[in-house]
This record gives sequence, structure tokens and C-alpha cells, in this order.
Amino acid sequence: MAQKKWLQIHRPLTARARLIIGIASFVLPVVCWSLVSYVPWIWHPQIMVTDPGSVPYLDVGARMPREAFDSEVADARTEGRAPPRGVAANPVYLPAPDQVLRAFYYSFTTPPPTRDGQWLHQSLWHSIQIIFWGFTISSIFGVPLGILCGAYAAIARLSEPFVEFFRYLPAPAFGALAVAILGIYDGPKIAVIVIGTFFQQVLIIANTTRKLDPALLEAALTLGTRSRQLLTRVVVPGILPDLYRDQRILLGWAWTYLIVAELIGTTSGITWFITQQARYQHFPNVYAAIAMIGILGLSIDMILAAIGRRLFPWDRAAAKGA
Amino acid sequence: MNDILLPRQLLPSHLEQSGEVRARFDKLKQREVILTVSHLNKVFQSGEKSTLALRDINFTTHRREFLCVVGPSGCGKSTLVRILAGLEQHTSGEVLLLGQPVSGPGRDRGMVFQGYTLFPWLTVKKNVMFGLEVNGAGKLESEREAMQWLELIGLEKFADAYPQQLSGGMKQRVAIVRALANQPRILLMDEPFGALDAQTRCRMQAHLLEIWRKIDITIVFITHDLDEAIYLADRILVLSAHPGEVQELIEVPVPRPRSMEQFVSPAFLATKARLEELIYIGRHVPEEQQQEEDYPILARMTNVGDNVE
Repeated sequence: MAQKKWLQIHRPLTARARLIIGIASFVLPVVCWSLVSYVPWIWHPQIMVTDPGSVPYLDVGARMPREAFDSEVADARTEGRAPPRGVAANPVYLPAPDQVLRAFYYSFTTPPPTRDGQWLHQSLWHSIQIIFWGFTISSIFGVPLGILCGAYAAIARLSEPFVEFFRYLPAPAFGALAVAILGIYDGPKIAVIVIGTFFQQVLIIANTTRKLDPALLEAALTLGTRSRQLLTRVVVPGILPDLYRDQRILLGWAWTYLIVAELIGTTSGITWFITQQARYQHFPNVYAAIAMIGILGLSIDMILAAIGRRLFPWDRAAAKGA
Repeated sequence: MNDILLPRQLLPSHLEQSGEVRARFDKLKQREVILTVSHLNKVFQSGEKSTLALRDINFTTHRREFLCVVGPSGCGKSTLVRILAGLEQHTSGEVLLLGQPVSGPGRDRGMVFQGYTLFPWLTVKKNVMFGLEVNGAGKLESEREAMQWLELIGLEKFADAYPQQLSGGMKQRVAIVRALANQPRILLMDEPFGALDAQTRCRMQAHLLEIWRKIDITIVFITHDLDEAIYLADRILVLSAHPGEVQELIEVPVPRPRSMEQFVSPAFLATKARLEELIYIGRHVPEEQQQEEDYPILARMTNVGDNVE
């Protein structure tokens, strides 16, 4: 068919279309952001003063609402004074893409303002360590328990009702408790990520385990597999690619707990960087740091996906997917 | 139904056996009994309601016999083979394998399922090695044996492929040797060729007969395809539905070795006529089942005169 049909339910895209549309998924938001930032008649509710004229309280670079500025200009004109001049501007909390891009570059090249301060990459490294330990500790207990719940109805019945209850409790609610028990440094932060991940992990992995084709278990039984071998010989290898995918999704959730976790006790890591920059209204730096979290998260996931394709060459879903 | 059954008057009885065939059956019945099923009953309990799936099933199979089980849908033939495999518990009666009662699945009874059930994470070779390894054989020994089995079915080139890379027929061949590698006394097959296209099915049937000829194995083969049953079987166990009961154990009068040309031989057609009679005609359907199986008479939705028949 000559006509390109992209919008058809369940129709896979060609490699070219996948690439183009994938790039567009990032380009479109940036285009919208650029339009709002660079086209003066789109939004721009404020005026940034370039010349205060005769108005005593105005400074160069100050932002004020358009109406207030207009009335100052009108007042100055009627009284014959020099009117202030300015350009249309967005509020300070919406920097333009080029400002953020520059901030992105400078935040890696600018030394920390105080001697005991941290470089951005040091803050990020600290955050990554928090995530790593939180996720690892959660997985050490959550993955085996999830598999056991999925395999044995009795274990599921014993643990799942409580897990179901606990997963509705917001992890940050345990922040103060965690500080009381684990101190003010990294302990409570890791604990919050563990609490936020573990309970979802048990339920998700139990479900994945239950989805294993029961015919495979029956086939193994007729081949003389004893029930204890079933778990290691059939259940675990059978669910491994799905388990890996679950872990990738759960790792993403762990990232979303990061900022809250890092606010507990002494603020640290990327959160410390963000709050510091926001305090001084360096919003381009704030956006740069937030974007950095996204870039890190996405890159880690893409690396894990590539590793997954290597690890499970027989997995059809992964071969087809992204 | 009449036009299918019309030649029946011209056909010999399915009970007529040539001397050669009779001699074969005499020899077969002298071999030791592998499987004895006696007074087997199966009741499915769901809540208050209990359904009798199998009633008083009795039969025996001898070593190296090829037994097919046919019957209308709902006759419990799959339930029967699952009980033989030990995947389902029977309610009463006895299943004896070489005189020992069957309780639970075991390596002495291999099983081939309609859905292949190869382990997708293992290569073809490792699938065949699976049964040997879980039963304590060493890696080198299992590997050597697995390769021999794959050579037997001509799939040694695919030893390192994953099941998803194989066609349906190839997958089922691997599943058959995976079961055989354990050297079971009996091979249970639950509509193994049901998911294959007609051409592949024909080749698989011939292939299975070839394997059966070369190996000391007794086969219990479930199917709903009557031609398949006659082509493959020494004897055919015919079940009736609701509840599943043995209607007849037919000794197939078609001589061996079997070939596709025999499909039109009088002995073949006579057996088929008898099977059709048992399965489609002599079938008593209780009223409650009749309800759900009734198809409505459709209203006409085309123009008058625009007929296809």
C-alpha cells in the first residue's frame, strides 16, 4: 500500500516510522516550549524592564505584570516624564530552552559555591547510590517472596492480604519514623525507597509468577520432575524475562520516590542541588537537574533493556519490543 | 448422515479380519499387559454440582500396542489420558502400570500435549535433556543421548535452536522425543497433531508410526479424527459422551504396514463406518445437553432466488 497508515490498531510500525515518531516524541514538547519561550505574543504575561526611565522603584531586569507596567508608562506619559521601557517576558519560573541548555552545561563545569558543597555529578552519584541500595535491599527480599507467593497458594494467602494493606500506606509517611530509627543520613532515605518499592514488588512478581503457562508445569511433571525441582527448573527460568521487565518498571518507581526520600533527614543528593538552586531562583539550573534525572533514568532503562535482549535470546516479547 | 453411510451395505463387517491381521492380534495379546484400567470412575465436583465424567472404564493394553481413544466431544477422553498420566486423580477404580497402581505423574509415562509445551527458555537439545537431567543423569550422558534422539527424528541440525524458531510439526517431533528420551513404558498423546495443518499432520502420522516401529513403546493416542485413529491404531477405544463410557474396543482390521492408499480399502471404510455409527448415530443425548448444543434455524437474509445451493 502506497498510503502510509500509522493509526491502525495493533499494526506494528516500520523501522523508519518508529525512529521518526520516536524522535518526534521528544521534539514536540521542546517545540511547544520554544514557541512559548521565543514567540513574544504567545503567553508572555510579564514585562522585563530594560530601562527604568523615570520610575524610581524599577530596576533593569525586574519583571512585573503587563498591566502594572502599562499603567506606569501611561502615568509617565501624562506627566511628561521619561516612560520606562521593557520587553515581553515569561515569569522567572519558566526559563527558555537555551537558558536551561546553558545551565545544563555550566552546572557540570561550575565548581560548587562553598568549599564543602558538591559538584552536580557528585550529587547525582549520591542519589544513584541511594536508589541502588534501596532497590537492591527491596529486591533481595521482594523477589523471592513474590515468586513463592506466585507458586504456593498458602504463602500467598499468608502474606498478600497484609502486603495489600501496607502498599496503600504512603512511603514518605514513614520518613520521621525512619529518621528516629536510622538517623539523619542515608539510612532513612534508603528505607523510604525500600518501603515504597517492596510491597508493590511482591504483588507484581507474584502475579507474573502466576501467569506461567501451567501446561509447562504439567509437562515437567510427566518428565519426572519432583515438585521441589519444579520451582528452580521450570518456574524461575520460565518467568525470568517477565521478572526482568517487572524489575525495570519497579526501578522506575524507585526513582520517583527519590526526591521525597532525599528530603528526609539532611537533604542530600540531587534534591539538595535542586532546592539550593530554587532558593536563589536559579530556575534554569532546577530544570537542568530535573532533566538530568529523566536522562539518567531513561538511559539506565535502555541499557537494562539491551542487556535483557542479550540475556534472554529466546524471549519473543523482548525481541519484538523496544 | 445417510450419504456417508450409504456404502455400508456393500462393505464387509469391521469384525472380519484377514488371517494375517488375526495372527498379528494373537501375537499382540500374548505380549505382557502394560496398562490395566479397571472400573475407573471420575466425578468432577464444582460446588454443589457433581458431574460424572467417566463411568466404569475397563481396558488393557499390551506391550508395543498402539491404542487410539476416540469419542464425541465431552466424552472425557482428555480426562482419561490425564488420569493415566497422573495429572488428574480418579474418583474410584484402578489404573495399573505393570501391576503397580498409578499415583501422580512419573517418568514411566511420557506425555505429549496438543500445545507442544516445549520449554521456551531451553534449546531443542536441552529440552530433550530435561527429563534425563531431572532424573539424575549426568550432563555429558544426557547430551549424548539427546543428540541420538534428535538424529533419530532428523532434527540434529536444530539442536541449538530455540523452540520458537521451529515450525509446529518440528516442535511436536521434539516434544515426542523429549518424552521418549526418558524411556517411559507408555507414551500418552493428547490430540498431539490437532493444531497442525492437514499436510503436516499426515507426515507426522507416518513419522510417528515409523518411530513406534523402531522403539519398544506402547502408545495411547487421543484423537477426534477417525481417519487418524484407523490409520494409526491396533485397537480403537470408542467412548460415548455424558458420561464417558466404553462403547466398544475395535480391533482395526486394516493390515500393517499402513499406508495412505489404505484409506479407501474395504477394511478401512468398514471400520470408519462402524466408528461413525457409534459416534454420530448411536448416540443418546440427554435433554439438558441437547439444549446447549441446538443450533437455531436462521432467518433468510438474502434476496429470493439468489441461492448458493
